[in-house]
Amino acid sequence: MKPFAYHQPDGIPDAAKLLISIEDSKLVAGGMTLIPTLKQRLASPAALVDLSKLGSLKGLADGGTTITIGAMTPHAVVAASKLVQTKIPGLAALASMIGDPAVRSRGTIGGSVANNDPAADYPAGVLGLGATIITSKREIAADKFFLGLFETALEPGEIITAIRFPMPLKAGYAKFKAPASRYALVGVFVAKFADGVRVAVTGAGPGVFRVPPMESALSENFDPSAIAAIKINTDGLTSDIHAEADYRAHLVTVMAKRAVDAALS
Amino acid sequence: MGNVIGIGAAPKRKEDQRFLTGRGNYVSDIKRPGMTSGVFVRSPHGHAVLRGIDKSAALASPGVIAVLTGDDVKADSLGSLPCGWGITDAKGTPMKEPPFPMLAQGKVRFVGDMVAFVIAETPEQANAGAELLKIDYEVLPSVVGVLEAVRPGAPQLFDDVPDNICCNWELGDKAAVEAAFRKAAHVAKLSLVNNRLIGNPMEPRAAIAEYEPGTDRFTLWTTSQFPHVVRFLMGALVLNIPQHKLRVVAPDVGGGFGVKQFHYGEEAVITWAAKRVKRPVKWVASRSEGYVSDRHGRDHVTEAELALDENGKFLAFRVNTLANMGGYLSTFGPNIPTNLYGPLLSGVYTTPAIYCNVKVVFTNTVPVDAYRGAGRPEATFVLERIVDVAASEMGIDRVEIRRRNMIPKEAYPYQTPVLVQYDSGDPMGCLDGALVAADVKGFGARKAASARKGRFRGLGYSTYVEACGLAPSRFAGRLGARGGLYESATVRVHPTGQVTVMIGTHNHGQGHETTFAQIVSDKLGVAFENVDIVFGDTDRVQFGMGTYGSRSLVVGGAALSKATDKVIAKGKKIASHLLEAAEADIHFESGKFSVAGTDRMKTFEEIAGAAYVPHNYPLEVLEPGLEEQAYYDPVNFTYPGGCHIAEVEVDPETGTVTLVNYTAVDDVGTVINPMIVEGQLHGGIVQGVGQALFENAVYDEGSGQLLSGSLMDYCMPRADHLPMMKVATHSTLCTHTPMGVKGCGEVGTIGSPAAVINAVVDALSHLGVTHVDMPATPNRIWRLLQNASLPVAAE
Ligand SMILES: Cc1cc2nc3c(=O)[nH]c(=O)nc-3n(C[C@H](O)[C@H](O)[C@H](O)COP(=O)(O)OP(=O)(O)OC[C@H]3O[C@@H](n4cnc5c(N)ncnc54)[C@H](O)[C@@H]3O)c2cc1C
Repeated sequence: MKPFAYHQPDGIPDAAKLLISIEDSKLVAGGMTLIPTLKQRLASPAALVDLSKLGSLKGLADGGTTITIGAMTPHAVVAASKLVQTKIPGLAALASMIGDPAVRSRGTIGGSVANNDPAADYPAGVLGLGATIITSKREIAADKFFLGLFETALEPGEIITAIRFPMPLKAGYAKFKAPASRYALVGVFVAKFADGVRVAVTGAGPGVFRVPPMESALSENFDPSAIAAIKINTDGLTSDIHAEADYRAHLVTVMAKRAVDAALS
Repeated sequence: MGNVIGIGAAPKRKEDQRFLTGRGNYVSDIKRPGMTSGVFVRSPHGHAVLRGIDKSAALASPGVIAVLTGDDVKADSLGSLPCGWGITDAKGTPMKEPPFPMLAQGKVRFVGDMVAFVIAETPEQANAGAELLKIDYEVLPSVVGVLEAVRPGAPQLFDDVPDNICCNWELGDKAAVEAAFRKAAHVAKLSLVNNRLIGNPMEPRAAIAEYEPGTDRFTLWTTSQFPHVVRFLMGALVLNIPQHKLRVVAPDVGGGFGVKQFHYGEEAVITWAAKRVKRPVKWVASRSEGYVSDRHGRDHVTEAELALDENGKFLAFRVNTLANMGGYLSTFGPNIPTNLYGPLLSGVYTTPAIYCNVKVVFTNTVPVDAYRGAGRPEATFVLERIVDVAASEMGIDRVEIRRRNMIPKEAYPYQTPVLVQYDSGDPMGCLDGALVAADVKGFGARKAASARKGRFRGLGYSTYVEACGLAPSRFAGRLGARGGLYESATVRVHPTGQVTVMIGTHNHGQGHETTFAQIVSDKLGVAFENVDIVFGDTDRVQFGMGTYGSRSLVVGGAALSKATDKVIAKGKKIASHLLEAAEADIHFESGKFSVAGTDRMKTFEEIAGAAYVPHNYPLEVLEPGLEEQAYYDPVNFTYPGGCHIAEVEVDPETGTVTLVNYTAVDDVGTVINPMIVEGQLHGGIVQGVGQALFENAVYDEGSGQLLSGSLMDYCMPRADHLPMMKVATHSTLCTHTPMGVKGCGEVGTIGSPAAVINAVVDALSHLGVTHVDMPATPNRIWRLLQNASLPVAAE
């Protein structure tokens, strides 16, 4: 790890100001992703701006038809939240499948969404539910937020403050864990709303994506059988030492069916 | 005063008190005054010419003290890293043995090959300096697979090693095998890959070295399984340091599995550097660094053929293997896929003729050497797999074909056609016990229940034997060993009767401090808590060959038993004087020396006291003191073995294999501490399951990059991958070790991969699947099912 300056601001405007004014500065939330890259000397920011003092970024709020989760809320809190468990059980289940207990206690939803790892779980939940990313500057729809491999719509100095999830009629998540890392080799989030169904896939490609043919089939008939025959194209899917693209494509269908099953149960 | 806790008892492990309370003393815990930090700069290329190194920017970096390279090694005329075994081909031609410089000279041959060592005041400064080193590489194509390496036109690692073949090794009677194949009713054939593994002990490697100009002595603290061997190899053969001027300490070591039983270049570089910079030097590897520098294991490609008569009796077995050595010969490298592989191909069967050819091949990968089981899991895998293939092709039940060919209990000692002679065993007894313990009768119902859920269930057997207790020196010498393989122990009885044992084996998780104390407590009648076991320090322990090859109890324990007998013998002499009785009439039992047929006696403590306060003592005929030493060289290997039965469930939709039941009934000879034996079996089985289902070291052909370069991509078995295991022992006694022990450190790893894969194949056999390579990952199983002849559906 190379030396860096450390700041712990107590307001979002201060944090944003530090980020803009110090060249090569980076936010740190749970540090679960960032700190290992510092240790391996893969990143060497001049300064870290720690969000952990910002109480307003922590916790969950019941908006009646939505749940708003503060960016600094750890995965374990989301997984254990009665509100999420009753209103969006698929999201609580997703949070409970991330990493291990230590990672779930430290890692945050804001950090996960900002990082947009192609195999991370939250992006599937955020896109699958059509959530809204609330930042220090604006609100961004999930469909406009994830731009591919580790890329998001966030601008320099922009801080995610919360994520607002609409409550679906039903939702479920199914994850096929990569054998070693236990990130999603393929994870599928399925959400049914009054006006239709959304299906979001993580792990299979360079970034989270939706599957329109499955969405229309499930909008007609919200049952695993409706999508059993839908195969997704292997073009652009990831091939690596754990899974070839055609296997990932196959798993998308299997996990989508299991996600629908989970949503129905 | 505490109690005697003897052989067969299961006390909690003595050493766990310090381990579980965070009071262990590992190399990385050690700090020396004026200590500096070193960082190795490693090749990022699999194969390249090293054209030049510009040190200037690194040397100018803050805190950097020195930068050492291969040129400095050459200038100091230091030796090459030695190989402990010299094998030969059938004509007696020695293996090709190119030099293995401790820092690369002229060429780098694998990703991770050491190019330079940067020493600085702090680890950060050493890292920063290392990044400034300018190294000019001319990148060459790499070859990483054995099949590719022996192909014409393949990149050549060494100018004088044609086709990258280090040795073309043979064992067995080729003509007899060919004759048997000609009259066979059936020939089963199998091609398989034994996947490459990375050891992953919990503690990464580390070392600190210090030079004292006042005494001209070096001390090296290192994460080693065999400090005396490091002292010899490094001192005598690499750095030219006289043995009495070099102390090697291997303190608490957090697991080894073989990875730490080699002399590594890092140890030599650090020791050499400590004198050059005149300050202690410390290096601690990161996990990622370990992945590209810890010796890897396995990595074979094999073609096997088994000839059978019409009744399924094995007539002959022929095995051709290409074994990966990596970029250089490591300490035991060429011995593993040859001497520890070929002689195991008889298994527990009466196969009369066996022939084995192993081409030992250099590639642009980390050197390959012993990893828990070392050669024997590879042999067991080939044999136990082809037995299943033969059974299925001939329509004979898999248990029945094993029974028809097993060596009956009465036939021991049994001479195999591949060098070794088994002294004792009862494979049929282990099999019978395992069939019951695994509830094989109930398998049909369990399979039907799985089928109702759309899952395929399979059962797999492995009836196996291994050779451990390495090793009878004379025998090993004939096979190419360049050193002895005995062990030594000193039993020091203090004037108060407490005992310190100095032993040449090394405890790094096996529970020796407990097991060995039980032996002493049992034999001398001394309280368990009054016995301490000292190991891992060449200044405190007389000599030793260390811990590997399931040898510590078998060979070290035997030396300890002998030394303890000598203490008793001397005690009897002292007692005979004190009790004024003939020595022959002194009887020793439960810590008391008594005159036979009388109530006159002296306690062990009284005798110890008399030995050190020799006022009333036979000084004319006996030296004072009570301390005895013994060396023990085994007369044969020991042959533990047993029967493992794995039960798996396959989800055909995703290809996921779940191990649902595991049963092992093993013959490990006398059990000193059943809890420790059970732990060794559990751990060994998990390592074998890891190889069968999860672990795979994958290199990129061409670039030589390690693709499974971290725990994010190299899958270790975890607790939730495993069922509760049923582990039991069914022991016959070893006929030649003092206590009848056979060793248990590796059996689990040797028996289990074949059991698991046989179960996976069984689960898929109705689809025409006849073999599955390891690891049986979901992707691999799914691919097999895609290619299988029948549609994917539960029976
Ligand atoms: C062993 C292990 C296993 C894991 N397994 C999984 C898994 O199975 N599934 C999964 O999804 N994830 C997994 N993770 C990742 C984990 O979920 C991380 O917590 C998460 O990716 C990042 O969250 P963090 O709070 O730790 O962010 P940090 O590491 O602190 O930051 C990550 C990045 O996001 C930026 N950032 C952080 N907060 C904000 C914010 N509010 N606004 C803008 N930018 C911000 C940082 O600057 C940094 O670039 C695993 C991690 C580990 C170490």
